[in-house]
Amino acid sequence: MGDYTDQILVLIVLLDFFALGASRMRAVIRAAALQGFLLGVLPLILHEQLSLRVVLICVGTMVIKGLVMPAMLLRAIREVTIRREVDPLVGFTTSLFLGAVGTGLALLFSSSLPLLPVHAAAHLVPASFATVFTGFLVLTTRQKAVVQVVGYMILENGIFLFGLLLLEALPFLVELGVLLDLLVGVFVMGIILHRIQRTFSAIDTAHLSALRD
Amino acid sequence: MNPLSLILLPVLWVAVALLIPSNRWRPLVLPLAAAMHLGNVLLQVSGDTQAIAGGWLVLDPLAKVVILSVALLFQFCALYAPGYLRVRHDRPNRIFCGGLLNMVAMLSLAAMAHHLGLMWVALEATTLASAPMIYFNQTPRALEATWKYLLICSVGIALALFGSFFLAYAALKGGHTPTLLFDDLVAKAHLLSVPWLHAAFVTLLVGYGTKMGLAPMHTWKPDAYGEAPGIVGAMLAGGVTSGAFVAILRFTTIMRAAGQQSFAGPILVAMGLLSMAFAAVFMVRQKDLKRMLAWSSVEHMGLLVLGAGIGGLALYGALLHLINNALTKGVLFLSSGNIHRAYGSKSTDQVTGALARVPWSAGLFLAGFIAITGSPPFGPFLSEFTIVRGVFTAESYVVAGLLLLLLLVVFMGMGKTVLTAVQGAPPPGSLIVHADSPWLVLPIVGLLGLVLLLGLYIPPPLAELLQKAAAYLEGTP
Repeated sequence: MGDYTDQILVLIVLLDFFALGASRMRAVIRAAALQGFLLGVLPLILHEQLSLRVVLICVGTMVIKGLVMPAMLLRAIREVTIRREVDPLVGFTTSLFLGAVGTGLALLFSSSLPLLPVHAAAHLVPASFATVFTGFLVLTTRQKAVVQVVGYMILENGIFLFGLLLLEALPFLVELGVLLDLLVGVFVMGIILHRIQRTFSAIDTAHLSALRD
Repeated sequence: MNPLSLILLPVLWVAVALLIPSNRWRPLVLPLAAAMHLGNVLLQVSGDTQAIAGGWLVLDPLAKVVILSVALLFQFCALYAPGYLRVRHDRPNRIFCGGLLNMVAMLSLAAMAHHLGLMWVALEATTLASAPMIYFNQTPRALEATWKYLLICSVGIALALFGSFFLAYAALKGGHTPTLLFDDLVAKAHLLSVPWLHAAFVTLLVGYGTKMGLAPMHTWKPDAYGEAPGIVGAMLAGGVTSGAFVAILRFTTIMRAAGQQSFAGPILVAMGLLSMAFAAVFMVRQKDLKRMLAWSSVEHMGLLVLGAGIGGLALYGALLHLINNALTKGVLFLSSGNIHRAYGSKSTDQVTGALARVPWSAGLFLAGFIAITGSPPFGPFLSEFTIVRGVFTAESYVVAGLLLLLLLVVFMGMGKTVLTAVQGAPPPGSLIVHADSPWLVLPIVGLLGLVLLLGLYIPPPLAELLQKAAAYLEGTP
């Protein structure tokens, strides 16, 4: 089944671009969710024999990254009825252009790092770097707090993608801890988002600029 | 006792704090829990190095240093807490009390963790535990600070995870059994794939450096420390930052074992100097007392990584400074909290003549300033002096010159703000809302006493522990 790996990776990188170009918050959240879900599919393909451990991780990833975290964010924006646009600080075209540059750099950078023969064929590493870069871009160039959290999720997706190279090396307990921490992280961010909404009647971080030197 | 109790006992107290229904009595749990924890720590620190959970957790000399300094700081913060929360009785303190105890537990875990992933989980947990505490005052400004803290630190810690993965891949590529245990990585360091190792070190330094508040990833720090209650500021500046420093120290040890000290050392030194330079620039004309303390924290984190980068005597000095910085930051944050309440402001536009209005708190604040800027006879003088001496011993004269210059600039910048706040006459017409009370002064006196003691006399067991920790990190036990 190894043939499908690259197709899924291409899909993941395409979702990066989609997240950079989408103008509606819902669309960005859904892109990150689909990406998370695909991450859960990948280990099933990468592994010849399916141990209980791998299956558990896959299911955990799909549920937490694909369903629970996006659901929390979608709930957070449901209460805001007026503006559902992303409000980028950097325009969509520029974002896409930067994303393309980042993907190119990711390919370049990953080719300078030596890989094991087993991993050399798959494009896991450049896809991971490109996704991390996209996450950064979304985080820093979008004004809506919700979209910033999605950026954080995309960043985490990229890191998780790299982690797949190490599925044997990472003991189960740690993976669980990592997933749990992410979940709690987004949960706490969700609570703070709720507060931001109540305090400023908006989730725009332009209101969060009182503190400066 | 099993070292696991250093984690589990505070966790147990978290449960107790969460279960107590009375907002009035709950804070009393803190001093009780802290005393029990400190007793346990003192008992275990004097014992041998112990490994448990298959080498995942090791109470090694470095862990002992950090756990001891956190326990000491927490003891005094916990004594201060009931008085503080009595003043702030309008605010529910369930999450606050639970969060503080949880922070202590997670710091013990982070200090003892000899497993990359476990350490990551513990440090991420401290971020999440402290976020609601920064929002304790529930003002829009506190909200902004919490948001920035949460987002920036989460991204930082995510990068640290990325770096941990790189390190694991360096091991995998090097051809030995995949491992995330520090001891294995150090033992087989010569096998690690060098390009991956370099990528890992830089990413980890940026990641955990964000958490530690090193420039240029320090941007959350002035906001978070500025808006958080004094106790939280003290525990963040003296405790959580130390936890992140432990992570950086452990990775530096791996680099040294792999013969890459010449790569890691200069990066650490450059980052240290950059942090101190940022602090020196922003400290000048800083009007906000707590933000000033945050910049001071950036400075001292810079000093710590600089010491780690130079190694040898400077590393010993950095470890001693870790304790001194933690305790002195306790003095400063708690006393500035008192001043803040007495004036209803923390800006020197309103705060003047604090020595006349709240003589005890202002006096302690002034003494804390004298201590943290490295003046004798306080502890930080000794540790900063040791670091400087270490830099000279390593014959890095340019670094030493810059270091001394930056320390001087910081002293003058900080001095201006502190003296404006404590000297002169209080603004006319305003009422004293909160005068000095023994509950909010005596714990700070205790902390200052410790800082003074460490400046005059380092107990031989402590000196021995620090020696062992430095030797342990340099791989020459």
